[in-house]
Amino acid sequence: MSQIEEVNVDQFKHLVSERALTGETMLLNMGPQHPSTHGVLRLLLELDGEIVVNCIPDIGFLHTGIEKNMEAKTYQKAEVMTDRLDYMNTMGNNLSYIMAVEKLVDLDVPPRAQALRVILVELQRIASHLVWLGTSGLDLGAMSMFLYCFREREQILDIFELVSGQRMMTTYIRPGGVWRDVPVEFEKAVRDFIKIFPKRIDEYESLLTKNPLFVDRMVDIGYLSKETALSYGVTGPVLRASGVNWDLRKARPYMGYEQYDFNVPTRTEGDTYARYVVRIDELRESLKIVEQALNKLPMGLVHSQNRKFVPPPRSEIGTSMEALIHHFKLWTEGFPAPKNSVYSAIESPRGELGMYLEGDGGPKPHRIHLRTPSFDNLGVIPEIVKGHLVADLVAILASIDIVLGDIDR
Amino acid sequence: MDKRLEPIVKDIQEKFSATFDEFRDEVHVMVAPEQIVDVLTLLRDEHKFELLSALTASDYFPQVAPRFHVIYQLSSLEKNITLQIRVPVNGSSPKVPTVTRVYKVANWRERELFDMFGIECEGHPDPRRILMPEDTEGHPLRKDFPLGYEEPQFTFNFDEIDLRKPYAKE
Amino acid sequence: MGVEQKLGNMGVVTTSLEGMVNWSRTNAMWPMLFGLACCAIEMMSAQASDYDMSRFGMELMRASPRQSDLMIVAGRVSKKMGPVLRRLYDQMPEPKWVIAMGDCASCGGVFNNYAIYQGVDEVVPVDVYVAGCPPRPEALIHGVLTVYEKVKGETFKQYAEKYK
Repeated sequence: MSQIEEVNVDQFKHLVSERALTGETMLLNMGPQHPSTHGVLRLLLELDGEIVVNCIPDIGFLHTGIEKNMEAKTYQKAEVMTDRLDYMNTMGNNLSYIMAVEKLVDLDVPPRAQALRVILVELQRIASHLVWLGTSGLDLGAMSMFLYCFREREQILDIFELVSGQRMMTTYIRPGGVWRDVPVEFEKAVRDFIKIFPKRIDEYESLLTKNPLFVDRMVDIGYLSKETALSYGVTGPVLRASGVNWDLRKARPYMGYEQYDFNVPTRTEGDTYARYVVRIDELRESLKIVEQALNKLPMGLVHSQNRKFVPPPRSEIGTSMEALIHHFKLWTEGFPAPKNSVYSAIESPRGELGMYLEGDGGPKPHRIHLRTPSFDNLGVIPEIVKGHLVADLVAILASIDIVLGDIDR
Repeated sequence: MDKRLEPIVKDIQEKFSATFDEFRDEVHVMVAPEQIVDVLTLLRDEHKFELLSALTASDYFPQVAPRFHVIYQLSSLEKNITLQIRVPVNGSSPKVPTVTRVYKVANWRERELFDMFGIECEGHPDPRRILMPEDTEGHPLRKDFPLGYEEPQFTFNFDEIDLRKPYAKE
Repeated sequence: MGVEQKLGNMGVVTTSLEGMVNWSRTNAMWPMLFGLACCAIEMMSAQASDYDMSRFGMELMRASPRQSDLMIVAGRVSKKMGPVLRRLYDQMPEPKWVIAMGDCASCGGVFNNYAIYQGVDEVVPVDVYVAGCPPRPEALIHGVLTVYEKVKGETFKQYAEKYK
């Protein structure tokens, strides 16, 4: 096991100000074990008293080698890795990866599967924002938010368990459709959630939105301009809070998002409070999409009939020789993909979640790169925390909504 | 090809003698390593590609020249189009010029590129490893780097593996 | 003051010192807030309203290792995190216990590769392994109760030999 190196100013000479070299400012280590870094992020802070002069993030404490591991598995088996990438957005990761695979092999998806995917991904977005709201409330001292948000999140996880059998790592979205059709209880469970949730959002807002203790710690903290955000590759609610109306669901609709009527919440202030408001509004918009998709949910098949990529139903295997061969080939060898590359992206709760997927003609991917939004969103932190207090850094980190699994991969 | 992309690709072709190919409506433009900074500057300033979505590489080991392709995935928010730039890099001492001056996001992405592939970005302001510990040997995402697979324990081979498992002491 | 009165009301309780100490340890175990990956979210769920781990005297998660006596390793441990984990473990005061929560912490899980320790028992000694990817909050609570069982069975003699 390698040893932990002591922090040495010389190592970071090019990143800190000159005052640090003379000892006028202090280097302080924050993390990797710290409650408000949302995981195992290490921040090396150069402090002048309590004011942050420079911030040097150190990541990689959760580096899992997912990209390398996915290259060693067939396309179907690699999917389980995507669940564990950004663990707040498991359905979204599945969707992003499966969309890349479907694009690479040119596979169709029936409308019912598309609508189911939309419902589940939007529910996942709500669940992810709820975790963000709960934990950032906790960071800023609103303990009860955590308990309220996790109460509603459990309801969403129950829906996931209903459809897939697992609370978090669902692997429900599969190439060419979804794993299997939803059970009959699904509709009632989602309708119950749609019925109670708007009231609950009002409840959260009544606790936080106009609360002076909360607002004072958020307004004018961590200002991020439009140009800086774009140059740093920031996407998602953070970019939208800086006044750029960019949402991949609207810009490049996938899975039939063009049929649904929803707004893209945008603010121009670019501070921590704006990011909070954008996410709260997104909760309502996502709920709108879920409701419309559920109302319009078409009947029919939930996976493609292309037997080269989608396993045949159990009933066919007993009677059809071809079905048996397809089943055997799919689960032993996997399906081949052309020797070329695609890039496909979705709007995850944190921003543009893209997958660069390259096939080599065989059943395993040659290269898969996960373009994860938190990685780039965190990159802007050193720029926006300068001149703020350490306590504000906590608020800024919470408002960026980082997930370390998403950053380190 | 998308109508909006045609003039852009033509422009790059004229100025930099680049080649391109197309797959599933995505355009990949191949340019030489020494031109990449100019190409990206042109795309950002004149063709409104504000966002560098992804920067990564692909290893074609055991092929040596070129062994790597460095991939720049660009998005234009205003025109709502994407474009992929690929840069072939040779296997012996792979190097590309840094594009941090064009897109700031490239800072961390290029550190990742060095960490994972060992492709050096010349002129990078902060050339350290980013994900792996500083004392790691090798670059994990290269095809000749082993996956590091360890044999899992099952009932039939539990004792055999248990003997050589490095259990921690108090 | 009130003690005599209470004892008078309840009568005298006789027990061994070991039993008394172990009982009090199990009823005020302070776990360390040590979330690594996916399992940390389930650990948070176990703390939150639906599962409410404070029913078992565990509502107090300490962020500092110096104030905690149970480490729940919730998630995969990378090669970069291993030394940090060991240092945190060394900083915890004796006696201390470790739960490896989830498959990754127990045995590497699906990540059999260069970056991840194949089980956190290569870094710190583990008392209880909780299976699942991620384990449900009930499973974690069951794991904690299993640690309690273990603590209740410990004797002073064992401690004396361990910390000689």
